[in-house]
Amino acid sequence: MEILAQIADGLKDGDDKQVRTLTQTALDRSIDASRILEDGLIAGMQVVGERFRDHEIFLPDVLLAARAMNAGLDLLQPLLGESETHSRGKVVIGTVKGDLHDIGKNLVGIMLNGAGFEVIDLGKDVAPEQFVEAARDSGAGVIGMSALLTTTMPAMKEVVGLLRSEGLSDSVRTIVGGAPVTEEYARDIGADAYGFDAASAVERVRELLE
Amino acid sequence: MQPFLTRLQEGPVVVADGAMGSLLMERGLGPGESPEALNLTRPELMQEVAGLYLEAGAELIQTNTFGASPLKLALYGLDDKAEDISRLAVEAVREAVGDRAYVSGSCGPSGRILEPYGDVAPDEMRNSFRRQLAAMIEAGVDVLCIETMTDVGEATMALEAARQISPDLPVMATMTFDATPRGYYTIMGTDVRQAAEALLSSGADVVGSNCGNGIENMIEIAREFRACTDAPLLIQSNAGLPETIGGDIVYPETPEFMAERAVKLAELGVNIIGGCCGTTPEHIRALARALH
Repeated sequence: MEILAQIADGLKDGDDKQVRTLTQTALDRSIDASRILEDGLIAGMQVVGERFRDHEIFLPDVLLAARAMNAGLDLLQPLLGESETHSRGKVVIGTVKGDLHDIGKNLVGIMLNGAGFEVIDLGKDVAPEQFVEAARDSGAGVIGMSALLTTTMPAMKEVVGLLRSEGLSDSVRTIVGGAPVTEEYARDIGADAYGFDAASAVERVRELLE
Repeated sequence: MQPFLTRLQEGPVVVADGAMGSLLMERGLGPGESPEALNLTRPELMQEVAGLYLEAGAELIQTNTFGASPLKLALYGLDDKAEDISRLAVEAVREAVGDRAYVSGSCGPSGRILEPYGDVAPDEMRNSFRRQLAAMIEAGVDVLCIETMTDVGEATMALEAARQISPDLPVMATMTFDATPRGYYTIMGTDVRQAAEALLSSGADVVGSNCGNGIENMIEIAREFRACTDAPLLIQSNAGLPETIGGDIVYPETPEFMAERAVKLAELGVNIIGGCCGTTPEHIRALARALH
């Protein structure tokens, strides 16, 4: 089997040792680091995301795949230029103010990273100003917000409003998600997109950055 | 009062309580604040909520300790208060219900993920549950309820901790399943049969499901549980998935809607029926009326 396909397979199996070894082998064979990233790691993570979306695999499999991806990425990173590492753009993510649930947000971060985006993860309990400031400072094109509680969801609207009042709503797009968040809610508060699950969040971010 | 498990065997369906968080928010709990911290600062609120559900017809009332494990309380810097919080929570409900209802010690997930998938070592997880459960047992709960679990490994650690501290105290364990095209699974990949087997073999007296995607899914989940065990079953459904109506976030299932379907749950042999997110004392009143 071609080595890049083997790397993708190792990632799907969540085998970090194998992914590290194969990535090194590919580099030793003078395969371009950006090609290993695209056709090995990102290709593998794409399949993991689709399987998770289709409920063929579950959270533990995704977490192991993410670890395997990082094992390969560690070797590639020094060889990749800034623009090559995350050629697809920057995304600021976080769980909104007052909300301390981050498993879903972390999963979206894994998937975005796996799809080649640079992820700036602000963590949980993130104030609206922090989201906006991080996007401005980093030049990120998208802010992704997560909430698990119906009571913290309104903080998403504050971020959307703050971007507008700062004149940033054209350059910084917004996407929201989390168990109680619906497409309708996203529309109501003026967010640019809604991520039903981690895989669809990646799709929507891709569209927002096109 | 009869011992809890005897009551389950002999009596009609036990009606349990409904959501806690929304009632606390109506009474001043702010977004981002620890609901469990209110046990320390405003124990009278816990009595009031327990009283509302008792009056609505609940015979099993939970303590405000869903997130009272030290691992979870650490998010608020309250982990060293874990024992106090659990004790005060049990005392408040007992004060409100006396011997008119069973006091159920709630124990939710840690919010963290066990190694090798996450960063919590098994001993840290066990120790966290042990501290919370020991404090509730010491304070005199009638039954423990390990709930909303998605990782069967985490759930069995809590169960085993409960069993070690008190071999005889009844323990219930419920997991939260998503409806997928291939059937019901927790996000960690456990199906109903696997859940029933693991929970029962780790010492649960009662198994079942809570939270979830609405009561109609719960009927299917209950059917699956009943197909693989004769053990008593507990179902506490949320009132559907929240919807946005005119800018407000509301849970769509009405008391009447849920009560009608609760009758089906009873017909399937579910022994304890209550509510989860989005349910109110009105939902519990309707359940009690339909079931008794």
